[in-house]
Amino acid sequence: MHDAAKIVGGLVLFAAVMTSPFWYNALTAAPAAVPALDPPPNGSKECVEPRAYMRANHMDLLNEWRDLVVRTGQRDYVSTTNGRAFDMSLSRTCLDCHSNKAEFCDRCHTFLAVNPPCWDCHVEPKEAP
Amino acid sequence: MDASRRGFLTIAGLSLVGAAGGSTLIAAIGEPGTAVESLPAEPPGGGRRLAMVIDLRKFGHDGELVERCIRACHRAHNVPDFGADRKNEIKWIWAEDFESTFRDEEFRYLRRDLQGKPTLLLCNHCDNPPCTRVCPTKATWRRPADGIVMMDWHRCIGCRYCIVACPYGSRSFNWTDPRPHLESPQADFPTRTRGVVEKCTFCEELLARGGQPACVEACADDEIVFGDLNDPGSKVRRLLAEHLAIRRQPGLGTRPEVYYIVEDPRTLAETAPAAVVPGAAENDHV
Repeated sequence: MHDAAKIVGGLVLFAAVMTSPFWYNALTAAPAAVPALDPPPNGSKECVEPRAYMRANHMDLLNEWRDLVVRTGQRDYVSTTNGRAFDMSLSRTCLDCHSNKAEFCDRCHTFLAVNPPCWDCHVEPKEAP
Repeated sequence: MDASRRGFLTIAGLSLVGAAGGSTLIAAIGEPGTAVESLPAEPPGGGRRLAMVIDLRKFGHDGELVERCIRACHRAHNVPDFGADRKNEIKWIWAEDFESTFRDEEFRYLRRDLQGKPTLLLCNHCDNPPCTRVCPTKATWRRPADGIVMMDWHRCIGCRYCIVACPYGSRSFNWTDPRPHLESPQADFPTRTRGVVEKCTFCEELLARGGQPACVEACADDEIVFGDLNDPGSKVRRLLAEHLAIRRQPGLGTRPEVYYIVEDPRTLAETAPAAVVPGAAENDHV
Protein backbone atom coordinates (compact mmCIF):
# COMPACT_ATOMS: atom_id res chain seq x y z
CA MET A 1 0.00 0.00 0.00
CA HIS A 2 2.46 2.61 -1.17
CA ASP A 3 -0.16 4.96 -2.66
CA ALA A 4 -3.00 4.52 -0.19
CA ALA A 5 -3.50 8.26 0.14
CA LYS A 6 -3.78 8.74 -3.61
CA ILE A 7 -6.12 5.81 -4.06
CA VAL A 8 -8.42 6.70 -1.19
CA GLY A 9 -8.30 10.36 -2.14
CA GLY A 10 -9.18 9.47 -5.71
CA LEU A 11 -12.07 7.27 -4.59
CA VAL A 12 -13.44 10.00 -2.37
CA LEU A 13 -13.14 12.52 -5.18
CA PHE A 14 -14.82 10.11 -7.60
CA ALA A 15 -17.71 9.48 -5.19
CA ALA A 16 -18.12 13.20 -4.60
CA VAL A 17 -18.24 13.98 -8.30
CA MET A 18 -20.60 11.13 -9.09
CA THR A 19 -23.07 12.02 -6.36
CA SER A 20 -22.80 15.78 -6.90
CA PRO A 21 -26.18 16.08 -8.66
CA PHE A 22 -27.89 14.59 -5.65
CA TRP A 23 -26.07 16.92 -3.30
CA TYR A 24 -26.78 19.87 -5.48
CA ASN A 25 -30.50 19.11 -5.58
CA ALA A 26 -30.66 18.33 -1.88
CA LEU A 27 -29.09 21.68 -1.00
CA THR A 28 -30.89 23.91 -3.49
CA ALA A 29 -34.17 22.00 -3.34
CA ALA A 30 -37.16 23.77 -4.83
CA PRO A 31 -40.63 22.24 -4.64
CA ALA A 32 -41.82 20.49 -7.80
CA ALA A 33 -43.43 22.92 -10.21
CA VAL A 34 -47.23 22.88 -10.20
CA PRO A 35 -49.07 24.48 -13.09
CA ALA A 36 -51.29 27.33 -11.96
CA LEU A 37 -54.82 27.03 -13.34
CA ASP A 38 -56.93 30.13 -13.81
CA PRO A 39 -60.41 30.06 -12.30
CA PRO A 40 -63.46 30.27 -14.56
CA PRO A 41 -63.73 33.76 -16.08
CA ASN A 42 -67.44 33.90 -15.26
CA GLY A 43 -66.67 33.70 -11.54
CA SER A 44 -68.36 30.36 -10.98
CA LYS A 45 -67.18 28.74 -7.76
CA GLU A 46 -68.83 25.34 -8.01
CA CYS A 47 -68.10 22.52 -10.42
CA VAL A 48 -70.30 19.48 -11.04
CA GLU A 49 -68.27 17.55 -8.47
CA PRO A 50 -65.70 18.62 -5.79
CA ARG A 51 -62.46 20.13 -7.00
CA ALA A 52 -60.21 17.29 -5.83
CA TYR A 53 -62.41 14.71 -7.56
CA MET A 54 -62.50 16.71 -10.78
CA ARG A 55 -58.73 17.15 -10.76
CA ALA A 56 -58.13 13.44 -10.48
CA ASN A 57 -61.06 12.05 -12.43
CA HIS A 58 -62.37 14.59 -14.95
CA MET A 59 -61.19 12.43 -17.85
CA ASP A 60 -63.20 9.44 -16.63
CA LEU A 61 -66.22 11.63 -15.96
CA LEU A 62 -66.01 13.08 -19.48
CA ASN A 63 -65.72 9.64 -21.03
CA GLU A 64 -68.74 8.51 -19.05
CA TRP A 65 -70.71 11.58 -20.15
CA ARG A 66 -69.71 10.99 -23.76
CA ASP A 67 -70.95 7.39 -23.73
CA LEU A 68 -74.19 8.25 -21.92
CA VAL A 69 -75.08 11.09 -24.26
CA VAL A 70 -74.05 9.58 -27.56
CA ARG A 71 -74.88 5.95 -27.00
CA THR A 72 -77.87 6.01 -24.64
CA GLY A 73 -79.25 9.47 -25.38
CA GLN A 74 -79.25 10.32 -21.67
CA ARG A 75 -78.35 13.97 -21.19
CA ASP A 76 -78.97 14.92 -17.56
CA TYR A 77 -76.28 14.47 -14.96
CA VAL A 78 -77.22 14.84 -11.30
CA SER A 79 -74.30 15.94 -9.16
CA THR A 80 -73.54 13.58 -6.28
CA THR A 81 -72.42 16.49 -4.11
CA ASN A 82 -75.13 19.11 -4.40
CA GLY A 83 -77.88 17.26 -6.26
CA ARG A 84 -78.04 19.83 -9.03
CA ALA A 85 -78.76 18.65 -12.56
CA PHE A 86 -76.35 19.43 -15.37
CA ASP A 87 -76.50 19.00 -19.13
CA MET A 88 -73.81 16.43 -19.95
CA SER A 89 -72.13 18.56 -22.58
CA LEU A 90 -68.51 19.54 -22.95
CA SER A 91 -69.30 22.69 -24.90
CA ARG A 92 -72.48 23.68 -23.10
CA THR A 93 -71.61 22.88 -19.50
CA CYS A 94 -67.83 22.56 -19.02
CA LEU A 95 -66.81 25.30 -21.41
CA ASP A 96 -69.61 27.55 -20.25
CA CYS A 97 -67.55 28.20 -17.12
CA HIS A 98 -64.08 27.13 -18.23
CA SER A 99 -64.06 29.28 -21.33
CA ASN A 100 -60.33 29.89 -20.86
CA LYS A 101 -59.05 26.73 -22.47
CA ALA A 102 -55.47 28.00 -22.82
CA GLU A 103 -55.20 28.93 -19.14
CA PHE A 104 -57.13 25.94 -17.86
CA CYS A 105 -57.09 22.76 -19.95
CA ASP A 106 -53.90 23.40 -21.90
CA ARG A 107 -51.73 24.54 -19.00
CA CYS A 108 -52.04 21.27 -17.13
CA HIS A 109 -52.14 19.05 -20.21
CA THR A 110 -48.94 20.66 -21.53
CA PHE A 111 -47.23 20.28 -18.16
CA LEU A 112 -48.10 16.60 -18.05
CA ALA A 113 -47.40 16.09 -21.76
CA VAL A 114 -50.80 14.54 -22.36
CA ASN A 115 -52.60 15.27 -25.60
CA PRO A 116 -56.30 14.41 -25.36
CA PRO A 117 -58.00 14.51 -28.76
CA CYS A 118 -61.11 16.40 -27.52
CA TRP A 119 -60.34 19.50 -29.57
CA ASP A 120 -59.84 17.64 -32.82
CA CYS A 121 -63.62 17.79 -33.10
CA HIS A 122 -65.11 19.82 -30.25
CA VAL A 123 -64.90 23.52 -30.92
CA GLU A 124 -63.03 25.56 -28.36
CA PRO A 125 -64.74 28.75 -27.18
CA LYS A 126 -63.69 31.89 -28.98
CA GLU A 127 -61.14 34.10 -27.29
CA ALA A 128 -62.67 37.24 -25.86
CA PRO A 129 -61.85 40.14 -28.21
CA MET B 1 -43.07 -45.28 -57.26
CA ASP B 2 -41.94 -42.92 -54.51
CA ALA B 3 -42.61 -39.90 -56.66
CA SER B 4 -46.18 -40.96 -57.45
CA ARG B 5 -46.88 -41.82 -53.78
CA ARG B 6 -45.68 -38.38 -52.79
CA GLY B 7 -47.81 -36.81 -55.50
CA PHE B 8 -50.85 -38.73 -54.32
CA LEU B 9 -50.36 -37.55 -50.73
CA THR B 10 -49.92 -33.93 -51.81
CA ILE B 11 -53.10 -33.98 -53.85
CA ALA B 12 -55.03 -35.74 -51.09
CA GLY B 13 -53.85 -33.20 -48.51
CA LEU B 14 -54.72 -30.24 -50.70
CA SER B 15 -58.15 -31.68 -51.39
CA LEU B 16 -58.82 -32.04 -47.67
CA VAL B 17 -57.76 -28.45 -47.00
CA GLY B 18 -59.86 -27.26 -49.92
CA ALA B 19 -62.94 -29.16 -48.74
CA ALA B 20 -62.58 -27.83 -45.19
CA GLY B 21 -62.08 -24.28 -46.43
CA GLY B 22 -65.03 -24.52 -48.79
CA SER B 23 -67.44 -25.76 -46.17
CA THR B 24 -66.31 -23.05 -43.73
CA LEU B 25 -66.88 -20.47 -46.44
CA ILE B 26 -70.35 -21.80 -47.16
CA ALA B 27 -71.16 -21.76 -43.44
CA ALA B 28 -69.91 -18.18 -43.17
CA ILE B 29 -71.94 -16.93 -46.11
CA GLY B 30 -75.03 -18.82 -45.06
CA GLU B 31 -77.92 -19.99 -47.15
CA PRO B 32 -79.27 -17.47 -49.60
CA GLY B 33 -82.30 -15.73 -48.19
CA THR B 34 -81.42 -16.19 -44.51
CA ALA B 35 -81.00 -12.47 -43.98
CA VAL B 36 -84.47 -11.70 -45.34
CA GLU B 37 -86.13 -14.51 -43.41
CA SER B 38 -84.55 -13.37 -40.14
CA LEU B 39 -86.22 -9.96 -40.39
CA PRO B 40 -88.84 -9.35 -37.73
CA ALA B 41 -92.32 -8.80 -39.12
CA GLU B 42 -92.70 -5.50 -37.28
CA PRO B 43 -90.08 -2.78 -36.93
CA PRO B 44 -87.97 -3.61 -33.89
CA GLY B 45 -88.48 -1.80 -30.61
CA GLY B 46 -91.66 -0.21 -29.35
CA GLY B 47 -91.49 3.47 -28.57
CA ARG B 48 -91.48 6.06 -31.26
CA ARG B 49 -90.67 5.67 -34.93
CA LEU B 50 -89.49 9.05 -36.12
CA ALA B 51 -89.94 9.68 -39.80
CA MET B 52 -89.91 12.49 -42.29
CA VAL B 53 -92.39 13.38 -45.00
CA ILE B 54 -91.13 15.62 -47.79
CA ASP B 55 -94.04 17.24 -49.59
CA LEU B 56 -92.68 17.57 -53.11
CA ARG B 57 -95.83 19.42 -54.21
CA LYS B 58 -94.74 22.40 -52.16
CA PHE B 59 -91.19 22.53 -53.50
CA GLY B 60 -90.49 24.70 -56.50
CA HIS B 61 -88.35 23.98 -59.52
CA ASP B 62 -85.92 26.78 -58.77
CA GLY B 63 -84.37 24.88 -55.86
CA GLU B 64 -84.47 27.90 -53.58
CA LEU B 65 -86.12 26.12 -50.66
CA VAL B 66 -83.96 23.06 -51.21
CA GLU B 67 -80.87 25.23 -50.93
CA ARG B 68 -82.22 26.88 -47.80
CA CYS B 69 -82.73 23.50 -46.11
CA ILE B 70 -79.24 22.33 -47.07
CA ARG B 71 -77.66 25.52 -45.79
CA ALA B 72 -79.55 25.37 -42.49
CA CYS B 73 -78.48 21.76 -41.89
CA HIS B 74 -74.87 22.14 -42.92
CA ARG B 75 -74.49 25.33 -40.93
CA ALA B 76 -75.94 23.75 -37.77
CA HIS B 77 -73.72 20.69 -37.99
CA ASN B 78 -70.41 22.15 -39.11
CA VAL B 79 -70.51 20.36 -42.45
CA PRO B 80 -67.60 21.67 -44.53
CA ASP B 81 -68.08 23.08 -48.01
CA PHE B 82 -65.63 21.72 -50.54
CA GLY B 83 -67.23 23.51 -53.47
CA ALA B 84 -66.64 21.75 -56.77
CA ASP B 85 -64.29 19.19 -55.20
CA ARG B 86 -66.59 16.17 -55.42
CA LYS B 87 -64.02 13.71 -54.11
CA ASN B 88 -63.95 15.36 -50.68
CA GLU B 89 -67.62 16.36 -50.63
CA ILE B 90 -69.41 15.95 -47.28
CA LYS B 91 -73.19 15.95 -47.33
CA TRP B 92 -75.88 15.33 -44.77
CA ILE B 93 -78.70 16.53 -46.96
CA TRP B 94 -78.41 17.26 -50.64
CA ALA B 95 -80.44 17.66 -53.82
CA GLU B 96 -80.74 15.67 -57.00
CA ASP B 97 -83.32 15.74 -59.73
CA PHE B 98 -86.43 13.62 -59.27
CA GLU B 99 -85.42 10.97 -61.80
CA SER B 100 -82.05 10.36 -60.11
CA THR B 101 -83.62 10.32 -56.67
CA PHE B 102 -85.98 7.51 -57.65
CA ARG B 103 -83.64 5.89 -60.12
CA ASP B 104 -85.04 2.38 -59.80
CA GLU B 105 -88.36 3.56 -61.20
CA GLU B 106 -88.48 3.74 -64.96
CA PHE B 107 -89.83 7.18 -65.72
CA ARG B 108 -90.22 6.95 -69.44
CA TYR B 109 -93.04 9.43 -69.64
CA LEU B 110 -92.71 11.26 -66.34
CA ARG B 111 -95.28 13.84 -65.36
CA ARG B 112 -94.01 17.18 -66.59
CA ASP B 113 -93.92 19.01 -63.26
CA LEU B 114 -91.70 16.31 -61.76
CA GLN B 115 -89.17 16.24 -64.59
CA GLY B 116 -85.82 17.45 -63.29
CA LYS B 117 -87.38 18.68 -60.07
CA PRO B 118 -84.77 19.32 -57.36
CA THR B 119 -85.46 16.75 -54.63
CA LEU B 120 -84.00 16.64 -51.15
CA LEU B 121 -82.11 13.51 -50.16
CA LEU B 122 -80.86 12.54 -46.74
CA CYS B 123 -80.26 9.50 -44.58
CA ASN B 124 -83.46 7.42 -44.65
CA HIS B 125 -83.02 6.21 -41.07
CA CYS B 126 -84.09 2.77 -42.23
CA ASP B 127 -85.94 0.36 -40.03
CA ASN B 128 -83.64 -2.34 -41.34
CA PRO B 129 -80.43 -0.40 -41.88
CA PRO B 130 -77.69 -2.28 -43.75
CA CYS B 131 -75.04 0.19 -42.60
CA THR B 132 -75.33 -0.74 -38.93
CA ARG B 133 -74.96 -4.44 -39.65
CA VAL B 134 -71.51 -4.03 -41.15
CA CYS B 135 -69.98 -1.62 -38.63
CA PRO B 136 -67.16 -3.48 -36.87
CA THR B 137 -67.00 -1.08 -33.89
CA LYS B 138 -70.69 -0.37 -33.31
CA ALA B 139 -70.03 3.24 -34.18
CA THR B 140 -73.39 3.33 -35.93
CA TRP B 141 -76.60 1.71 -34.74
CA ARG B 142 -80.35 2.01 -34.85
CA ARG B 143 -81.79 3.52 -31.66
CA PRO B 144 -84.63 1.22 -30.59
CA ALA B 145 -86.43 4.03 -28.75
CA ASP B 146 -87.07 6.23 -31.78
CA GLY B 147 -85.59 4.48 -34.83
CA ILE B 148 -82.87 7.05 -35.48
CA VAL B 149 -79.79 5.56 -37.12
CA MET B 150 -77.23 7.16 -34.87
CA MET B 151 -73.48 7.63 -35.17
CA ASP B 152 -70.74 7.75 -32.55
CA TRP B 153 -67.91 9.69 -34.18
CA HIS B 154 -65.68 8.93 -31.20
CA ARG B 155 -65.79 5.29 -32.12
CA CYS B 156 -65.68 5.39 -35.94
CA ILE B 157 -62.42 3.94 -37.26
CA GLY B 158 -63.07 5.03 -40.82
CA CYS B 159 -63.25 1.59 -42.42
CA ARG B 160 -66.10 2.85 -44.68
CA TYR B 161 -67.99 -0.46 -44.73
CA CYS B 162 -71.15 1.51 -43.94
CA ILE B 163 -70.61 3.71 -46.98
CA VAL B 164 -70.48 0.59 -49.13
CA ALA B 165 -73.52 -0.90 -47.38
CA CYS B 166 -75.77 2.17 -47.69
CA PRO B 167 -77.69 2.00 -50.99
CA TYR B 168 -78.66 5.68 -50.75
CA GLY B 169 -75.24 7.35 -50.68
CA SER B 170 -76.16 9.00 -47.41
CA ARG B 171 -72.75 8.69 -45.81
CA SER B 172 -69.66 10.78 -46.44
CA PHE B 173 -66.06 10.20 -45.48
CA ASN B 174 -63.65 12.85 -44.24
CA TRP B 175 -60.63 12.35 -46.48
CA THR B 176 -59.02 15.50 -45.10
CA ASP B 177 -59.35 17.62 -41.99
CA PRO B 178 -62.69 19.45 -42.36
CA ARG B 179 -61.75 22.37 -40.10
CA PRO B 180 -59.97 24.52 -42.71
CA HIS B 181 -63.06 24.25 -44.93
CA LEU B 182 -65.42 25.68 -42.30
CA GLU B 183 -65.79 29.42 -42.20
CA SER B 184 -66.74 29.71 -38.54
CA PRO B 185 -67.61 26.45 -36.75
CA GLN B 186 -70.62 26.45 -34.46
CA ALA B 187 -69.34 26.01 -30.91
CA ASP B 188 -72.49 24.06 -29.99
CA PHE B 189 -71.78 21.16 -32.30
CA PRO B 190 -68.53 19.29 -32.86
CA THR B 191 -66.79 19.16 -36.19
CA ARG B 192 -65.48 15.83 -37.37
CA THR B 193 -61.92 14.84 -37.90
CA ARG B 194 -60.01 13.20 -40.72
CA GLY B 195 -60.82 9.52 -41.14
CA VAL B 196 -64.39 9.59 -39.83
CA VAL B 197 -67.67 8.83 -41.60
CA GLU B 198 -70.59 11.18 -41.06
CA LYS B 199 -74.24 11.52 -42.01
CA CYS B 200 -77.59 13.00 -40.98
CA THR B 201 -78.72 12.11 -37.45
CA PHE B 202 -82.27 13.52 -37.76
CA CYS B 203 -80.88 16.34 -35.55
CA GLU B 204 -81.12 14.16 -32.47
CA GLU B 205 -79.31 16.88 -30.47
CA LEU B 206 -82.10 19.34 -31.30
CA LEU B 207 -84.84 16.76 -30.67
CA ALA B 208 -83.36 16.13 -27.22
CA ARG B 209 -83.98 19.79 -26.40
CA GLY B 210 -87.50 19.69 -27.72
CA GLY B 211 -86.70 21.15 -31.13
CA GLN B 212 -87.27 20.06 -34.70
CA PRO B 213 -84.66 19.08 -37.28
CA ALA B 214 -82.86 22.03 -38.84
CA CYS B 215 -84.22 21.35 -42.35
CA VAL B 216 -87.78 21.26 -40.98
CA GLU B 217 -87.15 24.54 -39.16
CA ALA B 218 -85.90 26.07 -42.40
CA CYS B 219 -89.29 25.45 -44.01
CA ALA B 220 -92.12 27.90 -43.55
CA ASP B 221 -95.18 25.94 -44.67
CA ASP B 222 -94.86 22.25 -43.73
CA GLU B 223 -92.86 21.47 -46.84
CA ILE B 224 -91.06 18.93 -44.65
CA VAL B 225 -92.97 17.33 -41.81
CA PHE B 226 -91.31 15.36 -39.07
CA GLY B 227 -92.93 13.17 -36.46
CA ASP B 228 -93.71 9.83 -34.91
CA LEU B 229 -95.18 7.14 -37.17
CA ASN B 230 -96.27 5.09 -34.16
CA ASP B 231 -98.57 7.88 -33.05
CA PRO B 232 -101.79 7.56 -35.11
CA GLY B 233 -102.63 11.22 -34.53
CA SER B 234 -99.29 12.62 -35.67
CA LYS B 235 -99.00 14.94 -38.63
CA VAL B 236 -96.82 12.50 -40.57
CA ARG B 237 -99.39 9.73 -40.17
CA ARG B 238 -102.18 12.02 -41.29
CA LEU B 239 -100.23 13.10 -44.36
CA LEU B 240 -99.42 9.51 -45.29
CA ALA B 241 -103.04 8.48 -44.79
CA GLU B 242 -104.30 11.21 -47.09
CA HIS B 243 -101.71 11.31 -49.83
CA LEU B 244 -99.70 9.07 -52.08
CA ALA B 245 -96.11 8.98 -50.83
CA ILE B 246 -93.17 7.06 -52.23
CA ARG B 247 -89.84 6.04 -50.75
CA ARG B 248 -86.44 5.49 -52.30
CA GLN B 249 -85.74 1.89 -53.36
CA PRO B 250 -88.16 0.19 -50.97
CA GLY B 251 -87.59 -3.07 -52.86
CA LEU B 252 -84.21 -3.45 -51.19
CA GLY B 253 -85.93 -4.26 -47.91
CA THR B 254 -84.18 -1.54 -45.93
CA ARG B 255 -87.53 0.03 -44.92
CA PRO B 256 -86.56 3.67 -45.47
CA GLU B 257 -88.42 6.18 -43.30
CA VAL B 258 -88.25 9.28 -45.46
CA TYR B 259 -91.41 9.67 -47.55
CA TYR B 260 -92.01 11.82 -50.60
CA ILE B 261 -95.49 13.08 -51.46
CA VAL B 262 -95.69 13.18 -55.25
CA GLU B 263 -99.28 14.08 -56.00
CA ASP B 264 -100.14 16.48 -58.76
CA PRO B 265 -100.02 20.09 -57.55
CA ARG B 266 -103.51 20.52 -59.05
CA THR B 267 -104.88 17.97 -56.57
CA LEU B 268 -103.39 20.06 -53.82
CA ALA B 269 -105.25 23.09 -55.10
CA GLU B 270 -108.48 21.09 -55.14
CA THR B 271 -108.08 19.47 -51.73
CA ALA B 272 -106.61 22.44 -49.91
CA PRO B 273 -109.90 24.29 -49.30
CA ALA B 274 -111.52 21.08 -48.00
CA ALA B 275 -108.63 20.64 -45.58
CA VAL B 276 -108.92 24.20 -44.35
CA VAL B 277 -112.68 24.23 -43.75
CA PRO B 278 -112.84 21.91 -40.68
CA GLY B 279 -110.10 23.94 -38.97
CA ALA B 280 -111.93 27.19 -39.71
CA ALA B 281 -115.19 25.72 -38.40
CA GLU B 282 -113.46 24.72 -35.17
CA ASN B 283 -112.08 28.20 -34.83
CA ASP B 284 -115.59 29.60 -35.22
CA HIS B 285 -116.87 27.43 -32.38
CA VAL B 286 -114.00 28.49 -30.15
